[in-house]
Amino acid sequence: MKTRNDKMDRLREKFRSRYDSCEERNVEFTTVSSEPVEPLYAPDDIADLDYRDDLGFPGVFPYTRGVYPTMYRGRLWTMRQFSGFGTPGDTNKRYHYLLDHGQTGLSVAFDMPTIMGYDSDHPRSEGEVGRCGVAIDSLRDMEILFGGIDLAKITTSMTINAPASILLAFYLCTGEKQGARFDQMGGTIQNDILKEYIAQKSWIFPPEPSLRIITDILAFCSTHVPRWNTISISGYHIREAGSTAVQELAFTLADGFAYVEAGIAAGLDVDTFAPRLSFFFNAHLDFFEEIAKYRAARRIWARRMRERYGAKDERSWLLRFHTQTAGCSLTAQQPENNIVRTAFQALSAVLGGTQSLHTNSMDETLALPSEKAVRIALRTQQLIAHETGVTNTMDPLGGSYFIEARTREMEEKAQEYFEKIERLGGVVKAIEQGFFQKEIGRAAYEYQKAIESGRKVIVGVNRFQVEGEEIGISLLRIDEEVELAQRDAVEKVRAERDNDKVARELVRLGETARGSDNLMPVIIDCARCYATEGEIIDTLKGVFGEYQEPPFF
Amino acid sequence: MVKTIRVLVAKPGLDGHDRGAKVVANALRDAGMEIIYTGLHQTPEMIAEAAVQEDVDFVGLSILSGAHMTMFPRVMDLLKEKGAGHIKVFGGGIIPGEDIEKLETMGVSRIFGPGTDTREIVEYIRKAHDDS
Repeated sequence: MKTRNDKMDRLREKFRSRYDSCEERNVEFTTVSSEPVEPLYAPDDIADLDYRDDLGFPGVFPYTRGVYPTMYRGRLWTMRQFSGFGTPGDTNKRYHYLLDHGQTGLSVAFDMPTIMGYDSDHPRSEGEVGRCGVAIDSLRDMEILFGGIDLAKITTSMTINAPASILLAFYLCTGEKQGARFDQMGGTIQNDILKEYIAQKSWIFPPEPSLRIITDILAFCSTHVPRWNTISISGYHIREAGSTAVQELAFTLADGFAYVEAGIAAGLDVDTFAPRLSFFFNAHLDFFEEIAKYRAARRIWARRMRERYGAKDERSWLLRFHTQTAGCSLTAQQPENNIVRTAFQALSAVLGGTQSLHTNSMDETLALPSEKAVRIALRTQQLIAHETGVTNTMDPLGGSYFIEARTREMEEKAQEYFEKIERLGGVVKAIEQGFFQKEIGRAAYEYQKAIESGRKVIVGVNRFQVEGEEIGISLLRIDEEVELAQRDAVEKVRAERDNDKVARELVRLGETARGSDNLMPVIIDCARCYATEGEIIDTLKGVFGEYQEPPFF
Repeated sequence: MVKTIRVLVAKPGLDGHDRGAKVVANALRDAGMEIIYTGLHQTPEMIAEAAVQEDVDFVGLSILSGAHMTMFPRVMDLLKEKGAGHIKVFGGGIIPGEDIEKLETMGVSRIFGPGTDTREIVEYIRKAHDDS
């Protein structure tokens, strides 16, 4: 054995000296996250890797090679394009369009007032209604949004965090009106408030009551809505805010651990809620770095869930994830090039074993996507699924010296961050100290400087530009009428409902918030009698208060 | 001694995408300007008030939620009402070309789109400051 190793070392040295005698191009050989990359990886880079313990088989602990035993040979990933704009009626039409073109799941984008808990007629909603998502004020809007769509059959993901409990209640009540039972309905709420404080910054309440609402949702859904994914623990926004790949991996998993610990602290058995936790990652430009990230994420989560939290149900060990290609990587210059960027990113997500995927449209740095741009984005996924052949075998890059070495390295670097976060007193304490925010801000600024100095090349932006370029793609415009129509609609709801009943339910909501009973049943009762989102949020603000972030940059 | 250029970097409206605002704030500070950052979720009233109190030369607004046609004119009107119409307003975000034209016609000094080199923003501010 020793002689074989010696022989290997000699061979490697020989290669190295020959390599060093040649000229390298005068560029930095680093990943998009500025991690250095060696010219070559060989068996000795992964000599201590144990196939059985570190990789295993798909569907087998620690799931490095995939969470299911069949992966895409059993079922393709869900093609789930995130969309929402204008009124609920406008978005309903887009959903029917996407379903008619072969999309297999729905994903709702809400407008900023809905995300922040304001009704469309609130003064702070002015100018924002229906702009970057669909406006939802009450159960009535949700009924329109899913008109003609059977909620017992389709699954829906809702990107909603601080008011997630309320939008979930609207959804469940909409299904109920269609005749579906709560336990038949499946879907996802993002419900990841920690990454809001860290990166996306759409918070309402302070961390402590926010975590209470989340554990209430975990408990309620585990009993009543067992097919619901209760938290989509999201690295996507952390990455979009400028983090590196390792930061995305580490901060997201740290948030996941914090939710598990909060659930356990609230008295829940880890195996009652952990199987419904899912993840949401970014697919950025650096192809292999991204694949290594997904593989490392699965291994870290499985080990931690089994070893630290004592989860016994195998489903608690599985890191299932949705992926979205990187919006922040798209360029306003030569926007058609974004189709190509998105295709490479989507391919990395598929090779990394994603369970569902959103591909961005080429025009998203300019406006909300047009129908044609969305169709090309969806077609990109269909091309990967049906034409490239990459779905024939599982984890086709597993065993690559490079991929395995990077997977290991990302795992180790994430571990360093976990230790740092623990030393700061945990995720919430680290947020309060601005730890994540500063780390991400610094990485974002460094990235910008790397582009401006030309150390990193972005095609069409700092190299290969076109002078006096005319943008030749048509954009989706949101009509100003949307805001007026939505204001009228919410006023009509308030005029038509039983206002005494609404008032009584809101009082009961406030009492429940002050006590310790589960909030979900009373929020559902508020939804059923057409209390608006803003009314429910205001009642909760009265008890929980509002969060403020100290401004720093 | 030349007075240091003072810039208020502000996030009006409800969207929380502060990556661009913070990158620009850092770049302007590194270029020797004094930067005041408002933090998130500011109303136009809060921004105009801060601009006057801090006696800035420029207000930079970052908007990615699509509310730019409401927020920019409101901030500019409020600055005028407070007798601070001399403060130049510029900005950036996800803003379609035809809206950029409209905003610049309304008196917004400059809109910078995605992919702008921060040195271009520094240069614009220095030049606009010298011209005034």
